[in-house]
Amino acid sequence: MIKAILIDDEPLARSITREYLQSYPDIEIVQECNDGFEGVKAITQHKPDVIFLDIQMPKINGFEMLELLDHPPSVIFTTAFDEFAMKAFEAHAVDYLLKPYSKDRFDKAIQKWQQRRTAISEPPSKLLTEEVRQPEERNRIVVREGGNIRIIPVHEIQYLEAYDDYVKIFTVKEMFLKKKTMSFYEQSLNGEQFVRVHRSYIIQLNQLTRIEPLEKDTHQALLKSGAKIPLSKTGYTKLKTVLGL
Amino acid sequence: MTLPRISTGKITLAYLTWWALLIAIETYAIHNTFNFRLTIALADALSLNLLIATSGYIMHNSLRYFQPGLKNAASMLVWSVVLAAGCVILHRVVMTEYLFPDDKNYLAYLAGSNLIRGLFAWMMIAIIAILSSIWFYYQEQRASEKREDDMAKMARDAELATLRQQLQPHFLFNSLNSISALAGSRPEEARKMIQQLSDFLRGTIKRDDQHLVTLEDELTHLQLYLDIEKVRFGHRLNTVVENDKGSQSLQLPALLLQPIVENAIKFGLYDTTGEITIRITTKMEDKELVITVENPFDAATAQPRQGTGFGLTGIQRRLYLLYARNDLLTTQQRENQTFITEVRIPQKA
Repeated sequence: MIKAILIDDEPLARSITREYLQSYPDIEIVQECNDGFEGVKAITQHKPDVIFLDIQMPKINGFEMLELLDHPPSVIFTTAFDEFAMKAFEAHAVDYLLKPYSKDRFDKAIQKWQQRRTAISEPPSKLLTEEVRQPEERNRIVVREGGNIRIIPVHEIQYLEAYDDYVKIFTVKEMFLKKKTMSFYEQSLNGEQFVRVHRSYIIQLNQLTRIEPLEKDTHQALLKSGAKIPLSKTGYTKLKTVLGL
Repeated sequence: MTLPRISTGKITLAYLTWWALLIAIETYAIHNTFNFRLTIALADALSLNLLIATSGYIMHNSLRYFQPGLKNAASMLVWSVVLAAGCVILHRVVMTEYLFPDDKNYLAYLAGSNLIRGLFAWMMIAIIAILSSIWFYYQEQRASEKREDDMAKMARDAELATLRQQLQPHFLFNSLNSISALAGSRPEEARKMIQQLSDFLRGTIKRDDQHLVTLEDELTHLQLYLDIEKVRFGHRLNTVVENDKGSQSLQLPALLLQPIVENAIKFGLYDTTGEITIRITTKMEDKELVITVENPFDAATAQPRQGTGFGLTGIQRRLYLLYARNDLLTTQQRENQTFITEVRIPQKA
């Protein structure tokens, strides 16, 4: 049996997907969710093969929900507006259904997914993700903390630090872990606010109080909280350029 | 600066009257002072002044397409001298050769008055030229003022139209999707929703003028919108509309209320996960219609909003264009749970 989860904040929007899925007896809807929080829980619990995901939803949107998953399932986006199409494909979407969609269009999406499923050898299009990603400004980061989901406004971030496959996000009070790469944040955070000053560090400029020499030719940044961040040579140069020194 | 409009007909009449008056005075003067016969006096005054009047008219017409400037002023001077000389010479030829070739007294008088006639003719033509220049200059000014006014008005109308028609595509497509879902299982409800959506859209399209509507009309239109949203979000969305009986007939710009409520609903629905209540209250206060829209929100997780958010920036701009005031739309937060949008519409006394 193939497991599917529907995530959409409008019951009627889910009902049409449910109706279309009736012609696929081997696909079972294991749960329907009203928002991203329920979505994360249901996906962790049921480990579905495919999810039908709306984008605009309460609290966290569909993309933010996907970011919270360590092993995201195949995604077919269902949304009313196509401003997100590019982003959807970056998120490894199988397909992107524009509401209202017909049964024919829906069937095509299922076919596409089934083809992709059988061609296991093909890894998810990582290349596409890395290269095509449009620098998109974000004003918050959503993280998982145990069973809870936390929304961190970016202005509360002090700095980010690389940590194996994860990134440590330091706010003034806390630290959060997120399975992402440094370059992901370097590209998606506003470049006027955040500067990658080292291979392993990105700092927020308004947190910076001082730049001081460390040893011969090396420098470190002092943040408001007292944290000391090492600067690489290029990082130091970049920081000086951004600050107009 | 606005100038009184004077019709061309009136100006022509004034011009002719002025010359008739001059002819009368001159005839009288020549007849009485120099003791010439009335016919001579009349013929003299009439012919000279008509010539000058014609020259003046020619001058006036040729100035129509000239812009004031130093070069044109110089050529105006030359032309006025040439025309004045022409008038005097032509007048002299007509009088001496054709009309009164035998009147010695008159011929002597004529010969003696060449200079004064020339000066008079030149002065008249110059005055006409100057007045014409000023006249055309102001007409041009007025035309360009009008053009600017028209342009500003057109730009304002266009902007108002755009701001009014900020119909959210999200709303439209999601509503159509709901209809599509209902069509399979509950066709009667689908039909009803098509009806509501059509009425709502018709109301949005039809009200594309800047006229004020009564609050009662606007609330009816709003109700259509709320009914549609309830089909989509009925499980979460409650709305309460409280209006003073007295405020029903107050006036407000068409399609102002719905975008504010739409903004509140979106804010409420996407910022919380539970049931929400949107409260809309209207009342009369200090000769202003005061509408408040309340929606719940979560201060801890609310997306940092810049300014008042798109929906409200458009409203703010519209109110500014209509009332030239920026203080009519205000927002506030209460206890980090309720977001209140207040709009005040001044009422004409």
